[in-house]
Amino acid sequence: MDWNFKNGIPIYTQIVDELTMRIASGAYAPGEKLDSVRDMAMDAGVNPNTMQRALSEIERRGLVYSERTSGRFVTRDENVLKELHKELAGRYLDEFVEKLQKIGMDEKEISDFIKEAGNGKNRD
Amino acid sequence: MARIEISELSKDFGSIMALDGVTLSLDKGCIVGLLGPNGSGKTTLIKILNGLLVPTSGTVEINGIEPGVETKKKVAYLPDRNALPDYMTSDQLVELYSDFFYDFDAAKAEAMIDDLGIDRNQVMQKMSKGTKEKLQLCLVMARQADVYLLDEPIGGVDPATRDYILKTIISNYNEDGIVIISTHLISDIESVLDNVIFLKEGRVVLEGAADDIREKEGKSIDELFREVFRC
Repeated sequence: MDWNFKNGIPIYTQIVDELTMRIASGAYAPGEKLDSVRDMAMDAGVNPNTMQRALSEIERRGLVYSERTSGRFVTRDENVLKELHKELAGRYLDEFVEKLQKIGMDEKEISDFIKEAGNGKNRD
Repeated sequence: MARIEISELSKDFGSIMALDGVTLSLDKGCIVGLLGPNGSGKTTLIKILNGLLVPTSGTVEINGIEPGVETKKKVAYLPDRNALPDYMTSDQLVELYSDFFYDFDAAKAEAMIDDLGIDRNQVMQKMSKGTKEKLQLCLVMARQADVYLLDEPIGGVDPATRDYILKTIISNYNEDGIVIISTHLISDIESVLDNVIFLKEGRVVLEGAADDIREKEGKSIDELFREVFRC
């Protein structure tokens, strides 16, 4: 999997976002063991301290847990994963709505638009 | 456990002030980017840390002792130009390093040399500029040192090799060590840096954690560098 870092945003924050996304999308499956910090750092081409900091943060958020001797695992807690999906969906929707508002659509137009898009997809 | 303390360090070469009152303290477990334009004092600072130059004034201590024979056992140095006998092959150089340094891991060096596709039986003289650089870096990184001083380690090599070198630095990294990388090719290495030091005309003009700087300035280290050192 590729890591692409943008300028001007702390790399640590970008790693947190990327890992969160991988867990939400199932790219890292529930209960899956993560590679060692060093291997993950090498894969991403970042400093091991930065990777460590990002992993501590997603651990604090409950997305992964550590087992003393055997390493770090993705959470199996369905509630945590549901919450995560909700949070990410909310974030994307906010961005999306903001963009549509910027091009001048009002609330009703936006909601109709979303429904239509949904219907279109259902037909496929 | 490595620790470097530099206090009010100055070095002049006649009328040229190469370093002018540099004070820094570097703690174990970090990869530091020593960044500055040509002639800003990067190489002078690294040479002082390695005991090749003597300060005009001020002090430098590595693990509490001045650079010298004792520190060289624990400091692996990659010079900015070739300092190895170039009539030797890479196999002979591995042997030479084994003789010189207690902490040299010959098997590791050989593995790296093979990874990079360097012909073990070719004399250094006949190697391309990039291959010479790669070979020197393999030798330096195969030491299990406390401190690595890498003066322009990625200047002459292709991007694929650059990636390999950065991965080598990351995988070699140990929690008790310090790695100092001097370069002006910042965008290539900034993701591996903990801390950055900007040198300008022999003075430290900026110092800090790379991610803090990105956050505070809202730009990459490379962009900030271009701004600070705009010609």
